[in-house]
Amino acid sequence: MLVFLGKRLGTMILTAICLTAIVFSLVNLRPNLERLAKEQVSPRMTDQQVEVWLRDQGYLRPWAERYVEWLGGVVRGDWGQSTRFRAPVSEVLAPRLGLTGVLMFWVLMVMIPSALVMGIVAGMREGSLPDRAISTVAIGTTSTPEYVSGVVLTVIFASQMVGLQWFSGSAASAAETGPTLQNFALPVLTIAIYGMGYIARMTRASMAEVMTQQYIRTARLKGVSFRGVVLRHALRNALIAPFTVIMLQFPWLLTGVVIVEILFNYRGFGWLLVEAAANNDIELLLACSVVAVVIVLATQLISDVGYALLNPRIRVSG
Amino acid sequence: MPVEFLSTSAIVLGILGRLLPVFVVMLVVMGASFAFRRRLGLYGQLYDSGIGIVGVALVLFWLIAAILAPVVAPFDPYVQVRELQNALPGALHPATDEAFLLGGDALGRCVFSRMIWGSRVVMAIAPAATLFAYAIGITLGLPAGYFGGWLDTGLTFLANLVLAFPVILLFYLLVTPEIRQTALPGTMAAVLFAFPLVFVLVFLAARFRERPGVLALTAVPAAALGGVVYLGLLGIWDPTGAVAMDANTLNIFLAVVFVTAPTVFRIVRGLTLDIRTRDYVAAAQTRGERPTYIMMWEILPNARGPLVVDVCLRIGYTTILLGTLGFFGLGVAPESPDWGSTINDGRRFLRLFIHPALPPALALMSLVLGLNLLADALREQSLKD
Repeated sequence: MLVFLGKRLGTMILTAICLTAIVFSLVNLRPNLERLAKEQVSPRMTDQQVEVWLRDQGYLRPWAERYVEWLGGVVRGDWGQSTRFRAPVSEVLAPRLGLTGVLMFWVLMVMIPSALVMGIVAGMREGSLPDRAISTVAIGTTSTPEYVSGVVLTVIFASQMVGLQWFSGSAASAAETGPTLQNFALPVLTIAIYGMGYIARMTRASMAEVMTQQYIRTARLKGVSFRGVVLRHALRNALIAPFTVIMLQFPWLLTGVVIVEILFNYRGFGWLLVEAAANNDIELLLACSVVAVVIVLATQLISDVGYALLNPRIRVSG
Repeated sequence: MPVEFLSTSAIVLGILGRLLPVFVVMLVVMGASFAFRRRLGLYGQLYDSGIGIVGVALVLFWLIAAILAPVVAPFDPYVQVRELQNALPGALHPATDEAFLLGGDALGRCVFSRMIWGSRVVMAIAPAATLFAYAIGITLGLPAGYFGGWLDTGLTFLANLVLAFPVILLFYLLVTPEIRQTALPGTMAAVLFAFPLVFVLVFLAARFRERPGVLALTAVPAAALGGVVYLGLLGIWDPTGAVAMDANTLNIFLAVVFVTAPTVFRIVRGLTLDIRTRDYVAAAQTRGERPTYIMMWEILPNARGPLVVDVCLRIGYTTILLGTLGFFGLGVAPESPDWGSTINDGRRFLRLFIHPALPPALALMSLVLGLNLLADALREQSLKD
């Protein structure tokens, strides 16, 4: 197990280094640097002045030298200065990450239980009416990306023209005074809906497979009630596959978070990423990328390790 | 001058009237397909299930709407009518008395016409991008799964590298105005667009190696045609102007292909790993067939079932990716009628006016739903066999 973990960690670190190197080079492309110079000094600089400024600021040193220097800074906790917010990146980033963490927490709280229940109910009697109904709903939700469901939900629940006006169409106040049902329901639902169908389908497939196993039949023939079989025998084995799926959902969730934070004006990590990219804020964009990449890789690691732990049949050797 | 409006029933009738050509073509195509479904293979089997028919209907609707857009859409998608800014559905054009069936957007453009024209953008890019991603995924996935070893390790690492990138971050880095000033899109295009050509040539060469006559008859035209398309796509030499993409579209296309290809690679690699152990592969190996023949003509045809299902899902997913790009205004031309951009334009005023954002949102959803239902029906059919 330790060797397995070590190998995974090694691959993860190598991946992280490669990814940050790619991001670093893409962010530091020559046209980006020229734009930065013109933004920082004056839009009417000549090419020569741009060249001089970039050299003075140290942007024209060899790529490898700058990358290693930046990486060293990141490891030591020095993430540089944000040009958009005129503050240290770490000070800008930390509170935004917290806000997105709150959003993610509620999304997972809504999405995972409902998806699992949907999948289990559909999968325990394959081909039944609930199965068909739930499967159709699940296909529907996977066809509804966040920018569609966000618009539809806003129209239904928040529009002043025809809507029910139950909830607020903006989550801006949630960032300041804390989330309430009124300002947080729509953003949370919007993200949860898109991921829900996929997890439900995976759970259903896993559950349906388990229900055909011999030991389930044995238990039924021994006289265990259907409920007992589902809850005690099937569920534990059926939930291994969805666990991996949920963990691997995080990269998609990140895209959803960005869309929803823009759509509902919730100024968290996703909003920050868009601000950084739109304003050519190089160091902030780099920091956002590092955070995003680390989250994705960490969830992959947890999914691998968790899968090995949950499923005794997969005892990884070496 | 006050704007006059149509009644609700007149709006519904008007929309149905504009869509009449689409429905007629749909009826003809689907009726004929249904009648001959026993002879149409996999496509015909779709008509055996309700889900399949709904899926075909939704996809076909948007496909035909995209083709017939000049007939169906009453207005030019870019023309602005100042009197009809944010006009409610059914508003009449002050000069011509033609109706903005679904109202006007913030700039006074016809929402209905933009939705119809927007389907062209999706229908042109999404299937093509999926096919390119498939060419790349198959060309790399087959050898990775078949040979294994360092080739597999290396390619899998690369695929995982791209997959570990949050899509949205990759888009923000790859689809910027600045990046167009560098050599990066050109280089990426040169590499990625070469794969379909390589795939087709290897495919033919593996089969007709022993028969130079047939090989010359098939491979030479394929190479010529592929070469022309390749040069055209890269913008090096395009005599007809049919294949060249403008810089915006090229950038979007590349980003979508780049994001999709690693997933396809993983699927193909997994299928190859499975099929490689079958008896017919061992038989071919014993006969002394070359690896390219076994991969292209033994493994690939036997992997087609899951791949066909995935193509449908993948086109739907590509549609969602295109919408995401449009929603963030990345790489799309200004005022483009594509669905993502129109949703983004409309959502700013959503609390006051719902009609500009809702139609493209529902359009995108119905198309993706159609593709997902198609995939589901195909999967069911393949399980029956």
